[in-house]
Amino acid sequence: MGKLMSQRKMSNWQEEVRRVAWGIRKRSLEYTIKSNGGYLSQACSSAEIFATLYTKIMKLGPSQAPMIPPPFTGVPGPNNPNYVTGVGYNGPKAPHLDRFFLSCVQYAMVLYAALVETGRMAAEGFEMFNKDGGTVEMIGAEHSPGHEITSGSLGQSLSQAAGIALGRRLKGETGRQWVLMSDGEFQSGQTWEAIQTLCYYKLDNIGVYIDVNGQQCDGEMEDVMTIEPLHSKLVAFGVRVYSVNGHDIEALAAPADLSSDGRPLFVLAYTNTSQGIEILEERKPKLHYIRFKDEEERERYRRFFQDNFTSPP
Amino acid sequence: MEILKKLHAGNLVKWAKDKPKVVVLSADLTGSTEIDLFRDTYPDRFYSMGMAEQNMISFAGGLAREGFFPFVHTFAVFLCRRALDQVSMSIAYPNLPVRLFGFLPGITTPGGATHQAIDDIGVMRVLPNMTILETGDATEVESVLDVAHSIDGPVYIRMLRGEVPRLFDQAQPMRLDQARELSTGDDITLFSSGICTEEVMRVTRVLQERGVSIQHMHISTFKPFNDPAVLEAAARARYGVITLENHTIIGGLGTAVAEVMAGAGVGKKLVRLGLQDTYAHGASRGYLMREYRIDAIAVLEEIEKLMGMSFGITGNDLEAIRLEPMHSDAKAEAL
Repeated sequence: MGKLMSQRKMSNWQEEVRRVAWGIRKRSLEYTIKSNGGYLSQACSSAEIFATLYTKIMKLGPSQAPMIPPPFTGVPGPNNPNYVTGVGYNGPKAPHLDRFFLSCVQYAMVLYAALVETGRMAAEGFEMFNKDGGTVEMIGAEHSPGHEITSGSLGQSLSQAAGIALGRRLKGETGRQWVLMSDGEFQSGQTWEAIQTLCYYKLDNIGVYIDVNGQQCDGEMEDVMTIEPLHSKLVAFGVRVYSVNGHDIEALAAPADLSSDGRPLFVLAYTNTSQGIEILEERKPKLHYIRFKDEEERERYRRFFQDNFTSPP
Repeated sequence: MEILKKLHAGNLVKWAKDKPKVVVLSADLTGSTEIDLFRDTYPDRFYSMGMAEQNMISFAGGLAREGFFPFVHTFAVFLCRRALDQVSMSIAYPNLPVRLFGFLPGITTPGGATHQAIDDIGVMRVLPNMTILETGDATEVESVLDVAHSIDGPVYIRMLRGEVPRLFDQAQPMRLDQARELSTGDDITLFSSGICTEEVMRVTRVLQERGVSIQHMHISTFKPFNDPAVLEAAARARYGVITLENHTIIGGLGTAVAEVMAGAGVGKKLVRLGLQDTYAHGASRGYLMREYRIDAIAVLEEIEKLMGMSFGITGNDLEAIRLEPMHSDAKAEAL
């Protein structure tokens, strides 16, 4: 009986992760069609990563922020008492709770979709994406929903999360830090500076998921500046690294269940930039930002949306 | 005049004793930035970050978000050049209370262009939320810690090390955005900062003996820069205003004074002494100060030009009134 229960529970979390991932793709495609532009391939590659993190991996409390994000109230500074951050969407800060850091913040739209699908933000919040005067910005900053730090200058978040990981360890807090990075950030020297620091100070309260989709602004990473073999590079630096299929939610979730062993955890999630929206295949290899060539192409995406996203699978 | 050695080392240890949230970060320059004693006294609050300043700065931002006060120590060039994006985005934008201690200001090091921070104040001034302080003597090296710690946001501190003279009474510590009035007068107004103030003090002494009336202001805060005494002093000058800084004349003291004067419509001549939009090179401090006219003689020459008269004072006369005891001629500290 107990075994049966646990099996049912297992299938529940898997169903929930799949539903969230499907919703992320749906909202991202819908937005891209409507506004003739979007970071759509990032939604395809990372939908399962976001869904697994928010639904299965991270220990977060319920959202503390308004379901509909308030208007922009200014940047942080000594003369702005009204400043608010978007971290409340990830729940309260508490010693035992986890924290989430989106490093590759070009994925902000995917994060907003994930917040809607997990009940942390209203669908109206997603409608505010990239609208003047709001906080649901295209490249989010720390006032944007679900953001704790300002990550737009790529390669700085891992170092910041490492500082937070040390600070929390010094305070005796047990919550973990989860960082979502893109593979492109491994071209940047600061990333490796951060990794050597994580290992030197044995910061095993940090877990990093990397969307290895092999794609960056100029095209395929292999042609721009390859980072492979990433797995063995990370092993050489001394981290605990797992390479998984980034659309296999059980494989994604498994490393997070391991007990800490003194090493920071890195999960290389190898992904496909057209996963779940196969029509994108024809645009490869340039997929960093999708803008339709003409109305005819847009119409084909509209039909794809109607055929695939009208009702949940 | 008293000369003190390795003042910051002991002072920081004493000051941080009852401040457990103060942590010190070093990028492989622990002895060179006088935090070796802190490391040995409070090993649990000292973090060696290796020769990796970009990561160190963002890491410090993370620690500050968790309620710690990271005191980051390295050479100024690495803060304002190598890690500028990190300073801007990981610390200044979120207005975090990180204290950045930048050593080797301007031509104080024989390390050449790579080690001489000739642009740090200008670079830091353009960052919103950043408070900027510069130490000019032993009293300021001691009291800058309290000033910096009173700020709920990031602070850049242009720091002196090694042998530092005591120019100002210990009972008169550094105050945020408060210029020090070192002499009063209405012929010429002189603004100086950092190591330049000692130079100007030598000139004012000898000229006052010859009847020239000099207003001399020492500046230790570059941001905020709102002290009304600065404007009053500039407006008073009958012949003109001179600034002397151990920095390029673009973006630092001369620029800050010019902005205040222009904003208030003070139509006085302004002579900006300092590095004239040039990099320097590796040589001794005294040699470079003469070569680039960042010294007492240059100030004297400019006063003569503004007043249209010659006082018949030579370099030897200035030499004779040096503020004894002078800095030792021992070779510069290791880099």
